This record gives sequence, structure tokens and C-alpha cells, in this order.
Amino acid sequence: MSAPSLPFALGSTPKRVLPGFGLSLGISLTFVSLMLLLPMTGLVGQLAGLSLAEYWAIITDERVVASYVVTIGAAAVASILNAMFGLLLAWVLVRYEFPGKRLLDALMDLPFALPTAVAGITLATLYSSNGWMGQLLEPLGFQVAYTWVGIALAMAFTSIPFVVRTVQPVLEDMPHEMDEAALTLGASDATGFRRVILPHLWPALMTGTGLGFVRSLGEFGAIIFIAGNMPYQTEITSLMIFVRLQEYDYAGASAIASVILFVSLALLFAINVWQGRFIKRLHGGHG
Amino acid sequence: MSIRLHNISKHFGKTRALEPVDLDIAEGELVGLLGPSGSGKTTLLRIIAGLESPDLKPAGRIQFGDRDVTHLHVRDRRIGFVFQHYALFRHMTVYDNVAFGLSVMPRKNRPSSGEIRSRVYRLLEMVQLEQMANRYPAQLSGGQQQRVSLARALALRPDVLLLDEPFGALDAKVRQELRRWLRQLHDELNFTSLFVTHDQEEALELSDRVVVMSNGRIEQIDAPDTLYRQPANRFVFEFLSDVNLLEGTVRNGVLTCGNARLAVDLADGAEELLMRPHEVELREVPSAAAHLPVTVTAISPVGAEVRVELAADWMAEPWLATISHTDYERLELRRGARLYAVPRRWHRFPAAGRAEQHVSLALAS
Repeated sequence: MSAPSLPFALGSTPKRVLPGFGLSLGISLTFVSLMLLLPMTGLVGQLAGLSLAEYWAIITDERVVASYVVTIGAAAVASILNAMFGLLLAWVLVRYEFPGKRLLDALMDLPFALPTAVAGITLATLYSSNGWMGQLLEPLGFQVAYTWVGIALAMAFTSIPFVVRTVQPVLEDMPHEMDEAALTLGASDATGFRRVILPHLWPALMTGTGLGFVRSLGEFGAIIFIAGNMPYQTEITSLMIFVRLQEYDYAGASAIASVILFVSLALLFAINVWQGRFIKRLHGGHG
Repeated sequence: MSIRLHNISKHFGKTRALEPVDLDIAEGELVGLLGPSGSGKTTLLRIIAGLESPDLKPAGRIQFGDRDVTHLHVRDRRIGFVFQHYALFRHMTVYDNVAFGLSVMPRKNRPSSGEIRSRVYRLLEMVQLEQMANRYPAQLSGGQQQRVSLARALALRPDVLLLDEPFGALDAKVRQELRRWLRQLHDELNFTSLFVTHDQEEALELSDRVVVMSNGRIEQIDAPDTLYRQPANRFVFEFLSDVNLLEGTVRNGVLTCGNARLAVDLADGAEELLMRPHEVELREVPSAAAHLPVTVTAISPVGAEVRVELAADWMAEPWLATISHTDYERLELRRGARLYAVPRRWHRFPAAGRAEQHVSLALAS
């Protein structure tokens, strides 16, 4: 390769035009190392004290496995609910004009702003047998507080913004002509939505739902007050970790945490890869 | 299928986008809707398509042939619509885009998948894109995307084809090519089509008839040459080409403006005369009838004619004259040269109520 014959291009590698690459990347990597990688290394370091057999015994302990089932099940239900209603909320916020739209939009971030423990206590009082909602629901034989339904409810509460905030900008960018084109071609509203609009929102919807799901897996504060925490029934995995910590069993806590961490990372990575492919297709790659 | 509009008007909130409009388009005609932005041309097209609904009062009517479609939903109007920015479904291949209209038909009317396939390939062949069937829109150029969108619009064999600034987003050369190609396609398939444009040249070149609009009103509907030769009013005249304005006071048959004079056969009073660039001649000496001193400020010798920009104290806006290359060489034009403009012909559009006037002048020197 012949270097451009510019007087100031001395080296054989072409000079970058955009300035600050070395500095900005260096600072970014340092930050990532300190804030993300260091604590994770600490976590893995804690595990070093365990043999493989011990590690396996901890993470497959019957009570812990029961907590996986509760956590993942409730998170799945919460995520499906959030996917549906989050999409609806984003749709309403983007496509229509109505009084109070600004307020509704601001309200979407409330779960981020509110300390999760406060949310948990509020939900628990609301749905306990003498709370406002509990009083109404319990005579119907429907118990929310201290069951997995309550857990799912708390999870849904904390992760609503993920779906709304990821779908909203994509929906805003989608030109109206797309659905108009579908209509001029004779598509019904439902077909137009299913075949034209939804495929466009799909990656954002999956990302939002995935983020919400991962967040639900690790949520602690909002859930423990409403969960009831009955062994084998309404104990979540975060609580298992908390219990180990209280017993000063740091290795055990780290072992369980590593499972959650691994599942979350794998899920996020998978979504990222899949979404990358889809976006490449929209923008002209051969994915 | 013919299109007939009666008394169609439109308000957006309190703003009036369209005054009550009547328009008749014959079967098989290719008609251009021409106007500056904000003239209501796109609104009119979208109302015909059913993407916008006209005002309920006064009640208007839209007919395709004998069919009253005023209250019909866009999906039932049997129109093909081509959008300025193509509006292709980006997550579908070219093939799926073209097949979309056929594949969403109710099951009982839907052609078999074999027939859909052969129809889509016929359309792709027609737009010369059969090689691209498996590509995604983002992998195509703008011109190719617009052809896909045209094939998609034609897939359902619509009664009427509506195009909203179909070439607006393309570069000049592709635009020229697509224009010619659309004309051919139109002559071949003989559908009724209506297209919106703000480009005078495009409208005049492509259409059988042109509808000129401004401020939500139809100014004139005519064949391109009639439109150019007999513009109904000053707006149409000015919109169709560059215009030179001579503004002054007439006294005793002479219009005066600063040190410029032009003999005219008009009554005394203030007058505004208009000339097209090719109606202005440049000379080294003034003629008996015209004494219009000018200075050359810019010369563009590209194309069949030389475009010369002129300035003078007596004119508000610079004038433009187009002269032949022979004259250009004979006059030895250069920037800063002082010459005399001699109009061959001028036009006059008096205030409402009186007919326009077009006067050719004898070129006696």
C-alpha cells in the first residue's frame, strides 16, 4: 500500500483525521475497568476459594433452584406484560396528541426516580389484605401480596421504562408514509401493524424487554416487601444472595450471584448480536 | 378510469389549505399538479388518494369513473400511490415489497402463490429490476428504489396512479431518465395518472395537461404549450420561467423608469411589463423604441444558449437574457460590458377584471 504523498504524513500508517482517539478511548477503557470490570473481578476472586464441587453444590441447592424458578418465571411474566403495555404506551405517546401527554411522558420515568424500596413498601401496603387493592381482590380469591403474582407486579413496576424508552425513539423515526403505503396497498389496519410496523419496532422491543427482564432478575428492594419470602415458594434469587451475605458466607453469595450475572450477560449479548444483524439489513449490509 | 372532483376544499384547523376546487381528468391522461410549496397540490393529491379527507362543508364529491369514492377508505379506492421518499418496507426484500399488495388480499380473492410470483416477476421485469428481487431496499440506489415503489403501486392494477413528487429526491440525471421512462410506461399501460411536482420543466415535459396551483387555488389548467404561450395570469407567467420586470410610468406613449425608456402603446399611468429572458435582445446601440442601458454582471455560456445576467440602476431585480452563441461572439460579451436591452415582446397583466395583453414589437432599429 502506498502512503498518501502528503508532506506531513510521515509514517506508513495513515493518520487519523478525527482527533482525540487515543485519549478518549484510553479514558473510556480506564473507566470501564474501574467501574465495571474491577467489581466483577472481585466477584470471580471470591469464587476462587471454592472448589468446583462446592460451587456446584451451592448453586444447585434445592432452595436456591426453587428461587431461580420463581425469579425467572415472575420476570418472564413481568416482561411479557411490559412488552405489551410498554409498546402500547410508546405508541400512544408518539402517535397521538392529547392533553396531559407531557405528564404521561414524564411519568414513564418514575420507576427510575423512585427508590425501589419505597416502591416495594408502597406496593406491599396497597396489595396486602387490608390495603386498597387487596381489599378488593382478596374476596374474589385473588391474592397478590406474598405470592409470585406480587413479585411479578413489583418487577413490572420497576422495568416499565425500559420498553417505553427504547421503543419510543424508533417509533418517532418511523415515517408515516410506511403505514400509509400499506393502506394504499389494501392492507387492513391489523395487517399493516403486524407486517409493516411491528417488524420495524421488533429489535427495539426485544432490547427493551430484554433489559427489563435482566433488571427484574436482579431486582431486590422493590420485591422483598411484597414477596412474603417463603422458602421454596416466594423466595427470589437476590434474597438468597442477601441471606448468604448476612451469614458472612461471601463465597456462597458470589456463587449464586455469578449465575445471575452469567444469565444476564448471555441474554444481553444474544440480543445485541441479533439486533446488530437486523439493523445491518435495514441500512444496507448483507446480514 | 377518469377522475372527477367537485367542490373539494380542505382546512387544517383554521388554515385553509384548499379553496373549493373542481377538476376533471380524462381516462388515460397524465396530468401534472404544479405549484410552489404550500400551494395545496400535495393536499389535493392526498385527498384524491383518500389519505386525507376533504372538508364536510361544503360537501364535495370525488368520482373515479362512475364510482363515487368520496367516503371510501383509501384501501378500497383502488389507487396506486408513489411517495416522494419511496416509503418502501425496509425490512422486506424487493420481491416482498412488490408482492405486498397481493399477499394481503383477503384469502378468497388472493391469487395463488404461483400467480403472485409470476406477476411480481413481470412487474420487476417492467421496471428492469428482476436481478434485484432478493435485495433489501437499502442496497438499492434512489432511482432503483423509486422504480420498486412504482412496481409495488402497479401490482394491484389500480384504476388511478397518484405520484407525490416522485422524482423530487433524485439527482438531475436519474430524474431525467425516470421521467422519460414513466412517460413510456404510461403510454404503454394507459392508466390515468396524476403527479405532483414543483419543477416547471418536469410538469411541462411530462404532462398531457398541467394544473397550476397557488395558495390552495387552481390558477390554470391547460396543455403545456398553451400554458406557456397564454398564461392566464401573472402568477402562472412568473412561475413557469424566469421573468424580467420593467416597472415605470407611461406618459404620451413612452414608459420611463430612471434613464430607461420604452415606447409602448398604453394609456398614461403606472405600468408593470414582464419579459422572458429569450424575449430580450442585447445590442450595442439603443433602438428607436427602446433605450434600456444595462451592464453585464455574469455570463454562463453552457448549453444551447448563453445566459447573461444584467444589472442597471433602473431595475429592482437583475434581468436575465438568453442569447445565441453567435450573438455572444459577435458582441464580444464580457463582464462589465455596457449594452442596451431591446425587448422583442412583452406581457402585461393588469389588475383583476381585465384580460392580459401580450405584445410583440417590430424590431425596427
